[in-house]
Amino acid sequence: MSRIGVFVCHCGENISRTVDVEQVAKAAGEIPGVAYSCDYKYMCSDPGQTLLKKAVAEHKLDGVLVAACSPRMHEKTFRKAAEAAGLNPYLCEMANIREHCSWVHEDRGMATAKAKDIVKLMVERVRKGKSLAPITVPVTKRALVIGGGIAGIQAALDIADAGHKVVLVERDPSIGGHMAQLSETFPTLDCSQCIMTPKMVDVANHPNITLFTYSEIEKVEGYIGNFQVTVKHKARSVDEKKCTGCGVCMTKCPKKKIPNEFDQGHGMRPAIYVPFPQAVPNTPVIDRENCTMFQSGKCGVCAKVCGPGAVDYEQKDTFTVEDVGAIVVATGFKLYTIDRKPEGSPIQGYGEFGYGTIPDIIDGMTFERLASASGPTGGKILRPSDGKEPKQVVFIQCVGSRAREKGISYCSKVCCMYTAKHTMLYHHKVHDGQAYVFFMDARTPGKGYDEFWRRAVEEEEAVYIRGMVSRMYQRGDKIVVMGSDIQVGTQVEIEADLVVLATAVQPQDGADLLAQKLGISYDKYNFYSEAHAKLKPVECATAGIYLAGACQGPKDIPDTVSQASAAAAKVMTLFAKDQLERDPVVAKVNEKYCVGCFACKKVCAYGAIEEKEIRDRQGNLVKKVAYVNPGVCGGCGTCQATCPSKSIELDGYTDEQIMAMIEAL
Amino acid sequence: MHAETKQHDFEPKIVAFVCTWCTYAGADLAGTSRMQYPSNVRVLKFPCTGRIDPVFILRAFQKGADGVLVSGCHPGDCHYMAGNFHARRRFAAFRALLSFVGVDLNRLQFSWVSAAEGGKWVDVVTELTERVRTMGPMPEFKELEHEEQWSTFAGASADKVLNSPELKEAYDSIG
Repeated sequence: MSRIGVFVCHCGENISRTVDVEQVAKAAGEIPGVAYSCDYKYMCSDPGQTLLKKAVAEHKLDGVLVAACSPRMHEKTFRKAAEAAGLNPYLCEMANIREHCSWVHEDRGMATAKAKDIVKLMVERVRKGKSLAPITVPVTKRALVIGGGIAGIQAALDIADAGHKVVLVERDPSIGGHMAQLSETFPTLDCSQCIMTPKMVDVANHPNITLFTYSEIEKVEGYIGNFQVTVKHKARSVDEKKCTGCGVCMTKCPKKKIPNEFDQGHGMRPAIYVPFPQAVPNTPVIDRENCTMFQSGKCGVCAKVCGPGAVDYEQKDTFTVEDVGAIVVATGFKLYTIDRKPEGSPIQGYGEFGYGTIPDIIDGMTFERLASASGPTGGKILRPSDGKEPKQVVFIQCVGSRAREKGISYCSKVCCMYTAKHTMLYHHKVHDGQAYVFFMDARTPGKGYDEFWRRAVEEEEAVYIRGMVSRMYQRGDKIVVMGSDIQVGTQVEIEADLVVLATAVQPQDGADLLAQKLGISYDKYNFYSEAHAKLKPVECATAGIYLAGACQGPKDIPDTVSQASAAAAKVMTLFAKDQLERDPVVAKVNEKYCVGCFACKKVCAYGAIEEKEIRDRQGNLVKKVAYVNPGVCGGCGTCQATCPSKSIELDGYTDEQIMAMIEAL
Repeated sequence: MHAETKQHDFEPKIVAFVCTWCTYAGADLAGTSRMQYPSNVRVLKFPCTGRIDPVFILRAFQKGADGVLVSGCHPGDCHYMAGNFHARRRFAAFRALLSFVGVDLNRLQFSWVSAAEGGKWVDVVTELTERVRTMGPMPEFKELEHEEQWSTFAGASADKVLNSPELKEAYDSIG
């Protein structure tokens, strides 16, 4: 490549503030082989791109380097522009002088010197670059949705309504997730079950949706358009095809005193159970750890009473492999448990709040169950310890959230609103009761949200105290809440009958393990990372995988549903094509040099390397060499670094290119 | 955070070999968060740490690097499933070799920096730069570059080597 063009961007002032862009362009122009160099205020803008295209034509450029922001930001933009100018897009590269230079250094001289070096290195990369043609692969028009909460349900329904097949996998025995547990929803006080359960039924009845409950993701292989996902179907001990959902087994089960997870441990369920009456599918599951039959081998009542003979104690975990083209991850959240320090976690507990030791200190989700008509108290607000109606209730916000010293610095987003809702629900049910709320700020952005919060304060008589609680302890049958009121500047002590903690929203257990199976990134809290905070909020950096709901960050229901529909739209966009173009960064074998040691085959995580026989004209075997299946190759290049004879090469990252860059150091 | 603008006697050259998915993105995050770190580092992007041939590190030292950083995804988080595990094994062996030939291993740093760890990237780069700064320049490999057997492939002296009487004799004996 002998006629390279270098385009240096000011990025408004983002680069030019600390980097002397004119000097960088001038220095680039002096590098042998650089035929043209210039600087411009906004290279990514339409005039900037036009400038690039014109320069390619006028100066007959055969390679382009744009010194601007990170390639993760605009590589596609400039490669498209280069392609429009008649160049092979892979002959266009970016030198990152913003994120890696101007934004992180203040000394103008040093930053300019570094920018020049970065350009010099990248010019070598362009010089040794090769034209590459994108690889086309077929798209399997079938989607996998992981998680059956409102996010997963919405995404699955949208994709299925567009006419594509969907596999919905849920870890628990029923879909519904946390939304099914809620009593009413803000800001309209709609009954959560009333808007949730019809959607659950829609999922079960949809001809395009295959529903796997009580199932988990075991393994994920493949790539965008062509994933092979192994799903583990945990043994339910009840044959889903035979079971009619009559529920006799549940009423006859002798073991009935098991805390019900759906009611946050405040209701009871038998060992053979459905989590809640509206469960979808309405097929019970045997909790083997608590079942007498599994523990001692003596009982078998449920099998005896089951008319269709659906109970099967011998059932084992089974596995299926699902071929899908896109994956929507919607694994949701859990609430922070505050009574103790989780094992191996940097997050500190809240021992001073007595949660877990004082029964009348509960979390927000437990309050939802107490307020819910389908809950353990039938919708009456009764405190757990003695079943009395609490007359003074203290709500504490930001428990865990926004507490850097406790390990979580983010805002959980939904607590301000749901606490306001809780005070209203309480006021509606206990007319002579008084609700107090300890809060730091009331964060109520959202349609109708601030009006809702004001209603709680102004009309529903909740007393909001700005300040935090330092300690709580039991005195008689009351809980003494000691806190501060920073607006009045005094200490406050309230004798409460019930305390409700708005604990932080955290990613589900095992979110990191699932991310590792999927090959997607996650932050230090285990929330999944989107590809771009603003412009790609539902895509993962891994192509073909999309995010929906609280697994990406704390979200309320409207935001979750919006993101789920957005993820579904992205899946439909992918499915609109029959063939997909893939980045041609794949390994190729030089058959002349390959000696057939297959060291590459051993290190390939994708199984992309096959053995190929080379025969002469008589059909005699000359030698065996490696062959890379370009459709399967992931493009990591581990094979190339492993190959002893240097006969396998990753396009786009060849030894020649890298060595040339090192030479230019 | 503000960078120290004080002048140093010695500005080490640090080369970072990073994977595109975790550490490169982490360095991008340090940028978007406007964190500050020494400007000595030059970043070379690879798809995966598994792609990094130890020869690259040797060559970087030879071409004037005073310190080398190799950084990728945390174990278990590799975008390519297992590339960083291969890299870890390879570099464990490579370090022993490097130490054997007399390179102070303090000049070579391996680390895991995820896409969310902009702060860690800053820490790692700052620490290595300051450590190498106190160690001073690394002349050993650079001197070797001037010797013929090392620079054969650099081109200029290739003819001299290929036309040496010893090689000619060797070729003749084959013929």
